[in-house]
Amino acid sequence: MAQAAVPANTKWWGGGRSPFNVEYGKLMMWYFLMSDAFTFGAFLIAYGTVRMSSNSWPDPNHVFQSAPFLGDGLPLVFVSLMTFILIVSSVTMVLAVHEGHNMNRKGVIKWLLWTIVGGLAFLGCQAWEWTHLFHEGAWWGKIPTYAGSHFLNADGSIPSTNFSNFFFTITGFHGFHVFSGVVINVIMLIMTMNGVFDRKGHYLMIEKAGLYWHFVDLVWVFVFLCFYLL
Amino acid sequence: MENQHGMSSEITFHADHSDSKSMVRKIIRTTVILSVITVIELALGYAIFFMHKNPDYSRSLVLAIKGVIVILSLAKAFYIVSIFMHLGDELRNMIMTIVVPLLLFVWFIAAFMWDGNSYKNLRNKYDPHHKEQKIPTESKPAEHGEGVKPGSVH
Repeated sequence: MAQAAVPANTKWWGGGRSPFNVEYGKLMMWYFLMSDAFTFGAFLIAYGTVRMSSNSWPDPNHVFQSAPFLGDGLPLVFVSLMTFILIVSSVTMVLAVHEGHNMNRKGVIKWLLWTIVGGLAFLGCQAWEWTHLFHEGAWWGKIPTYAGSHFLNADGSIPSTNFSNFFFTITGFHGFHVFSGVVINVIMLIMTMNGVFDRKGHYLMIEKAGLYWHFVDLVWVFVFLCFYLL
Repeated sequence: MENQHGMSSEITFHADHSDSKSMVRKIIRTTVILSVITVIELALGYAIFFMHKNPDYSRSLVLAIKGVIVILSLAKAFYIVSIFMHLGDELRNMIMTIVVPLLLFVWFIAAFMWDGNSYKNLRNKYDPHHKEQKIPTESKPAEHGEGVKPGSVH
């Protein structure tokens, strides 16, 4: 996208303007997201450390091998659906922000609605997966250890509950972010429909909500990586 | 209020959004890139899955594939942050205040992985009692349900 049209020889630190050329709330959203990245990073690094300190670990291709309506023995199928849902909802959010730049209220409403639909679809998928794993006997502090369980360590030894604790904590924390992102998007939708941003003269709030929503997608890239692919 | 946002007295220059078509094209191109990378990641994930079916698979090859998957994920992160979040269009100084602190992750990851591995080795050496137990197989006949032959469980 276009760089801002900045006059030559602008003295950024000369006072009277934002030295980063970013509106205050948007800059603070960036710093919040940076701190949130450290929170998620701490969770995932703790997961990695505990996994490294274990002699063996459950094989994700055996734990996550079910999909609704399709049955068992299908590793990566359902989680790839979830990943694509989140990518697509990220794209619709970009388009909503883009329509906001063009001051096109109808376009913002349309793409925000699709983003909300995508977020709800993702939450639905996660609810299905949690329910499925719960019925298989996995939960915080619980992991099925009977012979032939999907959750046995890759070398066939008895798994500790570390795996399920980290899985439910981290995907739960991410799911909570998705949920709050959906709530924020719904509020943005109502404000857009009421014409708040047209009256303000800019759609910067949509940009800030968009930053949060993309961050949720960004975190999922790494949750997907750590739990399902590695 | 052309140059100002709301009640704030600070001045920011707006990005030029007159070229709407090229922006949409850029979004579509990024979407395609993200989807293609995800498909490649899934293909590599399946490659690992099928390699695991062979009991004496090459551990170094699996590790190499996992390394490629990590790099692909970082590429996805770059595209999301740079294009979707428009960080690439901000001033360089502002980008640096976000990116430089995140470099701490390089140390975090290296140090903690190293530590976890060292803890495993020390515990195996000095406290083998803690090793994960094997499922009882031949030595004890299974009382509940069927027994498991060694090697039949991955």
